[in-house]
Amino acid sequence: MSRLAKGGQIDRSRPLAFTFDDIAYQGYFGDTLASALLANDVKLVGRSFKYHRPRGILTAGSEEPNALVELRSGARREPNTRATTAELFDGLEAASQNRWPSLAFDAMAVNGLLSPFFGAAFYYKTFMWPKAAWEKLYEPAIRRAAGLGRAADGPDPDHYEKAHAFCDLLVIGSGPAGLEAALAAGRAGARVILAEEDFAFGGRLLSEKTTIEDDTPGAYVTRAIAELKSFTNVRLMVRTAVFGAYDDEYGALERVADHVAVPAPFQPRQRLWKIIPKRVVLAAGAMDRPIVFGGNDRPGVMHAAAAQTYVNRFGVAPAKTSAVFSNNDAAWRAAFDAHDAGASVKAIVDVRTDVSPEITGGAQKRGIRTILGGKVVSTRGKTLGIVSVETGHGRETLYVDGLMMSGGFSPNVHLTCHHGGKPSWDETIAAFVPGKCPPGMTVAGAATGTFSLADCLADGGRKGAAAARDLGFSAADPTPPRAESEATGQKPFWWVHESKGLAFVDFQNDVKAKDVALAHKEGFSSVEHLKRYTTLGMATDQGKLGNVAGLAILAEVSGRTIPQTGTTMFRPPWTPVALAAFAGHHRGPDFRPTRPTPSHAFAEELGGQFVEAGPWLRAAYFPHRGEPTLRDSVNREVLAVRERVGWIDVSTFGKIELSGPDVGAFLDRVYINTFSTLKPGKVRYGVMLREDGIVMDDGTTTRLSEDRWAMTTTTANAGRVYQHLVFCHQVLWPELDVRMASTTEQWAQIAIAGPRARDVLQGVVDDAAAVSAEALPYMGAAETTVMGGVKARVFRVSFSGELGYEVAVPARHGEALARAIAKAGAAQDIVPYGLEALAVMRIEKGHVSGPELNGQTSAADLGFARMASTKKDYIGRVLAGREAFRDPRRPSLVGIKPVDRTQMLRAGAHFLKPGAKPTTGNDQGWLSSATWSPTLGHSIGLGFLVGGSAMVGEVFRAWDGLRGTDIEVEICAPCFIDPEGVRLRG
Amino acid sequence: MRYSLFNIVVNGLTGNRFTEPAWRAATPKPRYDVVILGGGGHGLATAYYLAKNHGIHDVAVIEKGYVGGGNAGRNTTIFRSNYLLPGNEPFYEWSVKLWEGLEQTLNYNVMASQRGIVNLIHSDAQRDAYARRGNAMLLADAGARLLDRDEVRTMMPFLDFDNARFPIRGGLMQPRAGTARHDAVVWGFARGADKFGVDIVQNCEATGFLRDRTGAVTGVETSLGPIMADKVALTLAGSTSRLTEKLDLRLPIESQVLQAFVSEAVKPLIPGVITFGAGHFYVSQSDKGGLVFGGDLDGYNSYAQRGNLPVMEDVLEGGMALMPMIGRLRLLRQWGGICDMSMDGSPIIDIGPLPGLYLNCAWNYGGFKATPASGWCFAHTIATDTPHPLSAAYRLDRFRTGKVIDERGAGPQPNLH
Ligand SMILES: Cc1cc2nc3c(=O)[nH]c(=O)nc-3n(C[C@H](O)[C@H](O)[C@H](O)COP(=O)(O)OP(=O)(O)OC[C@H]3O[C@@H](n4cnc5c(N)ncnc54)[C@H](O)[C@@H]3O)c2cc1C
Repeated sequence: MSRLAKGGQIDRSRPLAFTFDDIAYQGYFGDTLASALLANDVKLVGRSFKYHRPRGILTAGSEEPNALVELRSGARREPNTRATTAELFDGLEAASQNRWPSLAFDAMAVNGLLSPFFGAAFYYKTFMWPKAAWEKLYEPAIRRAAGLGRAADGPDPDHYEKAHAFCDLLVIGSGPAGLEAALAAGRAGARVILAEEDFAFGGRLLSEKTTIEDDTPGAYVTRAIAELKSFTNVRLMVRTAVFGAYDDEYGALERVADHVAVPAPFQPRQRLWKIIPKRVVLAAGAMDRPIVFGGNDRPGVMHAAAAQTYVNRFGVAPAKTSAVFSNNDAAWRAAFDAHDAGASVKAIVDVRTDVSPEITGGAQKRGIRTILGGKVVSTRGKTLGIVSVETGHGRETLYVDGLMMSGGFSPNVHLTCHHGGKPSWDETIAAFVPGKCPPGMTVAGAATGTFSLADCLADGGRKGAAAARDLGFSAADPTPPRAESEATGQKPFWWVHESKGLAFVDFQNDVKAKDVALAHKEGFSSVEHLKRYTTLGMATDQGKLGNVAGLAILAEVSGRTIPQTGTTMFRPPWTPVALAAFAGHHRGPDFRPTRPTPSHAFAEELGGQFVEAGPWLRAAYFPHRGEPTLRDSVNREVLAVRERVGWIDVSTFGKIELSGPDVGAFLDRVYINTFSTLKPGKVRYGVMLREDGIVMDDGTTTRLSEDRWAMTTTTANAGRVYQHLVFCHQVLWPELDVRMASTTEQWAQIAIAGPRARDVLQGVVDDAAAVSAEALPYMGAAETTVMGGVKARVFRVSFSGELGYEVAVPARHGEALARAIAKAGAAQDIVPYGLEALAVMRIEKGHVSGPELNGQTSAADLGFARMASTKKDYIGRVLAGREAFRDPRRPSLVGIKPVDRTQMLRAGAHFLKPGAKPTTGNDQGWLSSATWSPTLGHSIGLGFLVGGSAMVGEVFRAWDGLRGTDIEVEICAPCFIDPEGVRLRG
Repeated sequence: MRYSLFNIVVNGLTGNRFTEPAWRAATPKPRYDVVILGGGGHGLATAYYLAKNHGIHDVAVIEKGYVGGGNAGRNTTIFRSNYLLPGNEPFYEWSVKLWEGLEQTLNYNVMASQRGIVNLIHSDAQRDAYARRGNAMLLADAGARLLDRDEVRTMMPFLDFDNARFPIRGGLMQPRAGTARHDAVVWGFARGADKFGVDIVQNCEATGFLRDRTGAVTGVETSLGPIMADKVALTLAGSTSRLTEKLDLRLPIESQVLQAFVSEAVKPLIPGVITFGAGHFYVSQSDKGGLVFGGDLDGYNSYAQRGNLPVMEDVLEGGMALMPMIGRLRLLRQWGGICDMSMDGSPIIDIGPLPGLYLNCAWNYGGFKATPASGWCFAHTIATDTPHPLSAAYRLDRFRTGKVIDERGAGPQPNLH
């Protein structure tokens, strides 16, 4: 056990049991999986991506590239989970990943031996011979070997929430700068949100021992949080990572229940926040970065700052005996803390020769040996056992099981880049500092490159107060709490040239110093090329650790300075975010709302089978017992309508109410035909075009009275037509006195069709005379009442080709109306019919619908040429006059019958001339709609054919290579029954 | 240097002694026969085929940043020829044929991998429309299969078959479609063009045009000084309108943001490319293991290469509706590219409209797959001053004549295509 006897912010009274690779261990409340593993001496935790090198725990934060595990199991399995941020809970299960057959012995580790051949970008130069082998052999093997963990086994059983928050100031990060910023703005009365990604507030204060106001950093954090909690204008959000700066809003992910085995009932696993702040203080701290030397990836090598966290925060000694390899003062303090906590520190190797006496004194005092001007050149051991040091006087071997490495600190500038701002290079700290920030953002503390505690506290307070002042609050710069100004000396150092063995820049992706040099040699010397060529920075840590060293090495090998070489930019998200969080509740049946029709419940009672029609659910058909197939039911429904009568809910049609003196003029401009001449009480069929001359939609519009009109659109285009009309009115012709509203949801509409339709209708209207043949002729409309006083509109229109009416009532009466119609029709043997029968009848009648109105066909293509008025202007008219619209080769609407009437047509077939080869050049058009016509007893179709109506009587082929049919078809007029329209006028 | 097994072994043994830059770092000469603006896939492929097919070697490709820094390096890497209309299908099919041999042509592994694409079907009307499309593909020799629900289920059991708002009823598959490594395509064409003597000039921004008294284009102004050219060809994708503005040319395109997303890498999960038919979501899995996915445009005109949360949410609603088992995978990276969206959703490859100028733009969100054929046809157009038969439908005057190629039937509203 490496758990220290005392210390740390874990609760030793609450032991927690967990397993890693099926072995049981114990940790404490307040541990992360990583700290608990270290406490149990588990050092080998994962394998790298490419060479499958054994890897351990490198960091103590979300930047961890190595210690990635599969957390939980089954449908809750979370691959690639950083052990360093996973909060320990009782019963936690974790497994190592990307290894076979076991973590200790991984067969793919052979890749590492082949690394001289498998260098950067080797893929691009190989696997090409023989040609077919890439897809058959190499790629499948690469795909199997690549990837890290395994995705979950089934649909995610947890749920996710979304929430919005608004504030004056968003403070990101709760280290000393963030706390002081939040306090300053909070005291001034500003609405503050303080977001912290960790499960505890305090940031680096949790890991360090520097005193504040002569007390421990922990005491300071407790006081600060208590004060913040006392403000009603401050909201504290723990376990909340702000992951992206977007236009005017920040994305944040709150891990609501990741620290328990299973979320409590009704509790979401995570919550996606969209935070809209007026100002932002980014106090995201800084990150320890690696030094590139031979074997720097061996389990046991750990960032010094992380080791310090394990010692001080978790009460764990990451190693029995450590050495330190660093270029800065902070690493020495980490070593002192480890030593003071009882772990042995054998030596501190620092590349500097001039370390301040204040720092070296600390080592002397503790009896720690120092090797100044030294470098670690290699490491050995399955997990670390031996470190080889170039002391300046020769090589020396240190027998240690831990190496605390620190290459200095990089400010966490990530979020400053999300709007395209480029960080700039600061020579004095050898790091990138924030450049142009997103609007309203300032940066405070270590994220600016100010590393001492005293400075961070002061900077945070100043930035918080400034943000508050900027918003009109009165806030003086606070007096910062008194703290030590600890030494922050460092010397840029990136790469041990004398390294033996593989020296890694990007741990997870196995990018080595040599790869950077090779990329440069091959001309990939721009930073972005380096990244893409070597995959440096593309792993799950997104180059948080390795990018700067990679850039520095590139600068060195290309003889440029770092700023000349480039800068590293970061894209969102700051830390990876579960995909489900973005979807929230919109999944499964709730992906999109479901719109049932008003008569849905009644249709269900009648045994209706439903189908999605856009957002709607509509009855497709109503099977009877003894009807084995859909076709049987549909045939029965069609024949019933044609012979007797049927009803169908057509409420899904778009409905738009227009009023005002200029509606007629308005409609004349949007429809190709004239509406201003329509008399009150009359209905007219109209076609409207898009600006480019293509048909947008068709439907009927009724003039209810002098200045009240009701338009119907197709179901599919309800929204689009309304949008179009609003645009036309508001943008093109605001001078027209027209008002409009979409009333699709306000009116339920039931169609009654068939020779006996009038009898049925008269059974539901209150005044039968109002709908008599004389009072309500074809294409007439009446406003009347039904079912004893319910306001209704009756339109005499027909889609089926039979005598037909559509009755509209306020939506809440829709179901009652359907029931009343069914009841009134019982004597006539009325049937409910569905979408399928409707589709059959409209094809029989040659009415165009979705497949014909596909956004590619003109009015002329659809046979509406004569409807178009030549006496007025209307939208689409000019562009519909273009050359291509007059091209005789343009396919236009025809009817289709199979020559052999027993054969079945299928929509989607293409027309070919008899004997023609199936090629694009021979393509004569396509079959857009096809159905079996029970009325005619054979298959029929509509289609678009080169030559159109001139081809009537000719024989073509309906070629359907996709389904292996090739049928001779006869071209006819696109109307199969009652072309004169006798029935609908009956 | 040719890449070969021998070469790899030698370099492996000698610590990469015998490597050289994939292409020369060129500084521009005062004059060229052809100057191509924009070092994306299309510009570099055009240069390559100008040299290879037409013997025109005195060519420079001018790139403001690094080659492949635009959409060529930001796309979701899908290639396919599952188009409907006769103006499109033969062109894209030729592109797929070129993809099929590109490794050998370029001696560079662009990792073109034909793992197939499945467009999912959720309604009868969709099946009919896809049948028409599938037959159009067969007519063009592109290959297509109509899958029923069970076939889709066998192939992709992880899709939501039991609990979906819009049930899956089948799919249209093009087995020959696939993905390629986008950066490698750029580098392969750059290296290939360089071998023919083409100058690839990076970090050189075109800022305007040189014109003679008749108004003809005679060269370009760049951040590295003026460069004369007999012919100036634009392959600027989303930045096209920024440059044509300098010529007072307004084109029927709008620049719009499209986002792309990649998840953390996981073990193989998804065989090929899948597109959702009831929402905007498409996905494939890279060789590294990341799910690469995208959806709708952000919907507003912009030159900013970044997207916003509302579209991310929309895309992932589609993702979760389709594949609810990806919920616990994490989004690793997200970015935006500027697409040159046209009024009919189809590209423009043409001579003019000013003397000395050649246009290649309007690739919408789908120009990656076109890279080889676009280079092939544009090179022909530049070299011969006549449109290539395969791109003959892509002329600019189609908006005047009405011979538009509107695959989606969305009309003249670029953000709907
Ligand atoms: C997110 C996203 C996903 C996509 N997914 C796919 C897909 O899956 N399949 C598919 O087929 N297509 C896809 N596309 C579309 C495809 O990426 C583009 O259509 C295609 O890359 C455009 O051609 P290009 O490669 O030449 O463009 P680019 O790579 O954009 O080339 C244009 C170049 O011009 C340079 N430039 C700009 N201004 C200047 C100047 N003034 N001077 C010099 N140089 C300049 C730019 O830096 C850039 O390098 C996608 C696009 C995006 C944004």
